[in-house]
Amino acid sequence: MTLEFLQNYWWVLVSILGGILVFLLFVQGGQSMLLSAPDPQWSQLMISAIGRKWELTFTTLVTFGGAAFASFPLFYSTSFGGAYWLWMLILLTFVLQAVSYEYRCRQGNLLGRRMYDIFLFLNGTVGCILLGVAVAMFFFGAEFSVERQSLLEGGSPVISRWDNPSHGFEVIFSWPNLVLGFAVLFLARVSGGLYILNAVDTTTQFRSWIIRKLWFNTILFLVFFLGFLAILFTTTGYTVISATSLGTEVVSTPYKYWHNLISSPSILVLLLLGVGCVLTGICGTLFVKGYNRGIWSVGIGTFFTVVALFWLAGFCDTPFLPSITSPESSLSIRNASSSEFTLRCMAYVSILVPFVVGYIWYVWRMIDRRKITEADLQNQH
Amino acid sequence: MDNILTVVDWSRWQFAMTAIFHWLFVPLTLGLSVIVAVMESIYLRTKSEKWLTTTKFWMTLLAINFAIGVATGIILEFEFGTNWSNYSWFVGDIFGAPLAIEGILAFFLEATFGAVMFFGWGKVSPRFHLLSTWLTAIGASISALWILVANAWMQYPVGMEFDPAQMRNVMDNFWALFSGVAINKFFHAVLSGWALSGVFVIGVSCFFLWRRSNREFAIRSIKTGGWIGVAGLLLCMWTGDGSAVEVTRTQPMKLAAMEGLYYGTSGQSLTVMGIVNPDKRWDNDEDPYLLDIAMPKGLSLLARHDMDAFVPGINDIINGVDIVDGDTVNTVSYAERIERGRMAQKSLREYSLALETGDTEWMQRAASQLSVNYPYFGYGYFKSPADAIPPVALTFYSFRIMVGLGSYFLLFYVVMLFLVYRKEECLCHARWLQIVAMASVPLMWICSEAGWVVAEVGRQPWTVQDLLPTCAAISDIPASSVIVTFWIFAVIFTILLAAEMSIMINWINKSTRKDLNK
Repeated sequence: MTLEFLQNYWWVLVSILGGILVFLLFVQGGQSMLLSAPDPQWSQLMISAIGRKWELTFTTLVTFGGAAFASFPLFYSTSFGGAYWLWMLILLTFVLQAVSYEYRCRQGNLLGRRMYDIFLFLNGTVGCILLGVAVAMFFFGAEFSVERQSLLEGGSPVISRWDNPSHGFEVIFSWPNLVLGFAVLFLARVSGGLYILNAVDTTTQFRSWIIRKLWFNTILFLVFFLGFLAILFTTTGYTVISATSLGTEVVSTPYKYWHNLISSPSILVLLLLGVGCVLTGICGTLFVKGYNRGIWSVGIGTFFTVVALFWLAGFCDTPFLPSITSPESSLSIRNASSSEFTLRCMAYVSILVPFVVGYIWYVWRMIDRRKITEADLQNQH
Repeated sequence: MDNILTVVDWSRWQFAMTAIFHWLFVPLTLGLSVIVAVMESIYLRTKSEKWLTTTKFWMTLLAINFAIGVATGIILEFEFGTNWSNYSWFVGDIFGAPLAIEGILAFFLEATFGAVMFFGWGKVSPRFHLLSTWLTAIGASISALWILVANAWMQYPVGMEFDPAQMRNVMDNFWALFSGVAINKFFHAVLSGWALSGVFVIGVSCFFLWRRSNREFAIRSIKTGGWIGVAGLLLCMWTGDGSAVEVTRTQPMKLAAMEGLYYGTSGQSLTVMGIVNPDKRWDNDEDPYLLDIAMPKGLSLLARHDMDAFVPGINDIINGVDIVDGDTVNTVSYAERIERGRMAQKSLREYSLALETGDTEWMQRAASQLSVNYPYFGYGYFKSPADAIPPVALTFYSFRIMVGLGSYFLLFYVVMLFLVYRKEECLCHARWLQIVAMASVPLMWICSEAGWVVAEVGRQPWTVQDLLPTCAAISDIPASSVIVTFWIFAVIFTILLAAEMSIMINWINKSTRKDLNK
């Protein structure tokens, strides 16, 4: 295993974790619809369905962070230390989520059930948008510079510097980033609705309500997602010419991501397959009566699409975190990675990932093999 | 960049605050998950409904605590990036690996089987449910293993070498991460969770007795929690002894601060109780204590397992008397360390210039100079030896609080187990005893937190011992941003802690009105 192979391998693993995370955002999507449910019984059913899965999303986010830290520490150090407010706000929404499921119905919860539902709503909406914004930075870049010699500056020994004083607010309010942020939000709402249809024994009215939401969210998702693709494929990116200990040399390349797509058939196939699966799952649910298994097709499609986007960002000699202010500081999988030794050790550990996925799948099936009914809610109380 | 010290101080406050909150919940999860698993095992073996009721009661408290533990934990991992970005690059190659492995091996285990444990009653077979409960408890401990391995590595950095071209440390021996320091730290921390949870279970059970409610339930809870708690406490004391030896070997300055010891001797006494003189500094002749009660030869015995051994104090270490691999030796004074740290940094600067110009001979010369002085790299950031001394008073008092309360809890467990087996009537009717047990619950948390204060304040000013001080580990962020996030999280965590306690109290109160004996 060469260093280059291991860097690619770990970018693939990070992409897979990213894909799984975005799929699991169906939990957040469901949360974002809670407050608008006209019948309290429906929101209780929704909570019962997605509440069994929130920890998986949460854990995937934490593991994504850990894997990024271990495999690409310069990314971790630059992005997290620079876009401070973006990441802090993401974390804040997840902190609020983590307690809400357990506390909302408990007596003595101090804040009342409504407040915990608002926390879930905030995590479901703001959390999704901000995660989309964070991923959008992979394409549209950020204002930072990396100067390793700064380590030896006594007064301010910081290697990665954020060149924008807003420290993350500027990326949140950058409209191309927000376009992807909203695409992620509406995709999560689509998945959330589909998951609830699959997990809950719905009444006709409840199902109709979800289907109406599905129409609305699908249209908005398509608008934002196609908008994002249009911006992405017309944007000018960088191509890495060389990446050595001395620094990284990049050149500006118009339509960079479009070139990446057409020059790499595997990414093209993955993206088309992903989008196709998402649309199949949505259309199946909208047009085939009684079809409730759309979540699986949409889930697989989401996973493929996100993986394809990560590959567009990181492969084909592309820096996955372009610097707008200092192009030579742009982070690629070559200059931001851990050492060969660490990547190899971690690669051995990653052999256990299929086993982990296996037991998650087994337990998921056991818990979800029977649909949640209103009678279950009675039993809970 | 703002005044660097302001950013460093607020970043430290923020990390300390989030870590303290997180550690309020983690030890209870670590211990209570084991207690619940044991209770459920008994239920499955006896098929007795009363054990099922008991298991479910404590599992509910575990669920309430588990949620907030998860909530406070996510911040800590990401703060390494947000607030300590330089650190993340400088040692991310080594430090990131345990965090990633923790996610892959432990978090998913906890999250997946935790869902079965909390929501799976009646949906899976009783055997599979029990397996899930045990796997959740094991997952929590595996999670602790990796995070404590990472923490121990910061205090005793081994298994790596410095790569001057990339200006960072890279791992060269994965198994070195499992040093004696790490193993001791893991068992000490996890077993302290058992001890804490045992006290919690006894305290809550005594509340039932005080309310004259569910006596049978309370007695069987005290027995289960008591045995697991006392086992945890005894093993915690044993590993604590191992930790003291490891600290002496690897961080003698921390040990000296724990003792408030400035000049050591052979057969050094241990200050059992004392008041530190606030005017005492390393460079004046003030008496270190305003008052102290000492145990002769106690520190030598504790630190070196030899009553006549020499234990160096702060000034000895600054002047170059140190402990290396268990032996007291004349080594490098702090003045020289600072000088050699600066030389290491100068050599690194030269190496970078040589690399840029392609002068391989110069590179080799600089690299060789660097490797000689690299063990003192971090000292190059200091102006005087005083910068390398941890806060003595806080470390000193925290150590005594931990050890004092730990000793009290040994007595507590002995008394409680004696009463519950031999004098059950006395325990059920002596209201003052029940009040003492309830009042002991918060003391256990103080004991546990004090232990972490010793470990983390005592290692200051280092994020990575000898290599990277806190002032060189930070992110380029304005102090105002860190101050705002500090207060946001302080307020939110305080509210959530209050909510957690309120929910628990409500649940316990409500349960006293139910019949838990059937």
